[in-house]
Amino acid sequence: MTSILEVNDLRVYFHTPRGTVKAVDNVTFDVHAGERFGLIGESGSGKSTIALAIMRLIRPPGRIESGEIRLDGENLLALSDEEIRQRRLAGVAMVTQGAMNSLNPVMRIRQQFADGLNSHGETVTVEEARERLVELLARVGLKPEAADVYPHQLSGGMKQRVCIALAMSLRPSLIIADEPTSALDVVVQRQVVQTLRQVQEDINAAVILIGHDMGLMAQFASRVGVMYAGKLVEEGPVRAIFRQPEHPYTRILMESLPSLDQKETLQVVKGAPPSAADRPVGCVFHPRCPFVMDRCIQEEPLFREVAPEQWAACHLHDEPAAAYNLSREVAE
Amino acid sequence: MTALLEADDITKIFGSGVGRRIETVALRDFSFRIETTRPLITGVVGESGSGKSTMARLLLGLETPTKGAVRYRGADLRRLNNDQRAAFRREVQAVFQDPFESFNSFYKVDHMLETPIRKFRLARSKGEAHQLILNVLSAVGLRPEETLGRFPHQLSGGQRQRVMVARALLLNPKLIIADEPVSMIDASLRATVLTALRKLRDDFGISLVYITHDLTTAFQICDDIIVLYRGYVAEVGDVTKVVKDPKHPYTQLLVSSIPRPDPDRQWSEEPTPSALAGQANPNQGCLFAARCPHAFEPCLRSIPQLYRTDARRAATCYLHQDSPTLALDQMDELLMAASGEMQPQPAHPAAEVSA
Repeated sequence: MTSILEVNDLRVYFHTPRGTVKAVDNVTFDVHAGERFGLIGESGSGKSTIALAIMRLIRPPGRIESGEIRLDGENLLALSDEEIRQRRLAGVAMVTQGAMNSLNPVMRIRQQFADGLNSHGETVTVEEARERLVELLARVGLKPEAADVYPHQLSGGMKQRVCIALAMSLRPSLIIADEPTSALDVVVQRQVVQTLRQVQEDINAAVILIGHDMGLMAQFASRVGVMYAGKLVEEGPVRAIFRQPEHPYTRILMESLPSLDQKETLQVVKGAPPSAADRPVGCVFHPRCPFVMDRCIQEEPLFREVAPEQWAACHLHDEPAAAYNLSREVAE
Repeated sequence: MTALLEADDITKIFGSGVGRRIETVALRDFSFRIETTRPLITGVVGESGSGKSTMARLLLGLETPTKGAVRYRGADLRRLNNDQRAAFRREVQAVFQDPFESFNSFYKVDHMLETPIRKFRLARSKGEAHQLILNVLSAVGLRPEETLGRFPHQLSGGQRQRVMVARALLLNPKLIIADEPVSMIDASLRATVLTALRKLRDDFGISLVYITHDLTTAFQICDDIIVLYRGYVAEVGDVTKVVKDPKHPYTQLLVSSIPRPDPDRQWSEEPTPSALAGQANPNQGCLFAARCPHAFEPCLRSIPQLYRTDARRAATCYLHQDSPTLALDQMDELLMAASGEMQPQPAHPAAEVSA
């Protein structure tokens, strides 16, 4: 499989008067062409910072310290401002959490669509633009009339679908959807995510879905990465991650999911994620880890392949397999 | 017996537009009782615009109903005398969605806990006040050394929300109304708040009205559940029955839309509305008819009554019109409160101090 996006050793730090915050530290992953990749993490884990870094939208005091972000083989971090502006929307498009609020309230949808085309050097007539937009709107399940209205005339779910339609207007090879449904009700959420999935299949773009809802990830992604305190701690095929997580954090995350099958089965996770300014040394997860060893407190674990196509950063995988499985049972 | 808090056939209409002539019915003909006999957790679930937050505000006396009345121990909330109001403010507590908004970020957490002790004269000395604070913090699973002396921004969302619960607990309430208490909290920390809330019922005999859009957490902690749709009760009853075998098509849609955290249990296709749904009139008939896969003739004509499909559940849907009807103000017959017998009142953490 060819990679459409390669992120290599990405570091994004925020330099504040009270010290350096390592929002994203040493993160490496690939997204294959036409793939649905899920990036899971709690607030402050750095998942949205990765999205902004790919779009080259990190603002001071934040800075991309080092690393590479390759889209279709081209290093985005080496491009000039004008070049990256051209890549946005055309090469990589983004749908954000409040995307519906990013629509201009005093412009009709079709004018905003034409804006996007024009700023990427496509000269089209009003009729042509409308025709193309209507076709895009149909793909996200909206009627042609939606082209002629103002944003406030649409519901939240419809606006979010308009944003998805606009995001695919130049057929980007990658769409980043950062919590696109967290402001929406559960019924509308299903519609929007299924729309996103349909679009992904239609134009064969890769999609990175960012969020903290494990249910959505299970429904949408084929491969997922798990972020914790600025680090990617695990990555692998969705089934492996949900069935056989190899990092203790992922496991705890899975076990703490409230169930709809069995009542009164809430699992309490001890501790809280570390503050961004004060990351623990050694493994970032060691203060909350039930399997913590001396080594974890001193030495940072390497991110490596621990099962076929499944990567994790955890010292337990150096222990004899029996010890790891035993510790699993002890915890249960 | 007089209920602790009772909503008696309340309707809330908000006006908007020029001269407030555009009317929005936020909650319609709603009746509900919370008894003191047995502590229960009642979930109120619905989408945005279902009227669930309006209900919370009405029960807390922050809004007044357009029709009907909310009564605290038999007295209309609008006409409480000073003593009754003070008692109401103590016995009925609220926990809101965003714990950051309830804190003054310039004060340490201690201030938040000391204020109610002072205002309600809960302690006779500084030592007693401190002991009281230690007791309520440990009751919600917080370690005092990790909480006291800190500013709100130094706590995690889960800790902040548990401080709010501890503050409510200080006053030895009978009822806590929690409006989306965990929706802004990270997944791995939600359980800490929910467990603290459930502990209030089990250990201190406090009832809870848990208002949420999240059926999964409601299922986890509630005894009973009320599903609201655009101001109406769509379905009500035992939480396990409602979630496992929903009778109202709207509840069915809600349950089937929940993304299961299991890659092998994919979403089912969304049901298509019935052929008649297109003819649904928004001002007449069932409010869900326009989206309902089962809509048929009667649904277009009038709003269905509450049909009692079994001993512990009822649904507002003509599919169940063969079942006996249940008047809206008899809804509480279904709920656990009616079936409950007197339970011994567990001790409040404050009791051991003041005794």
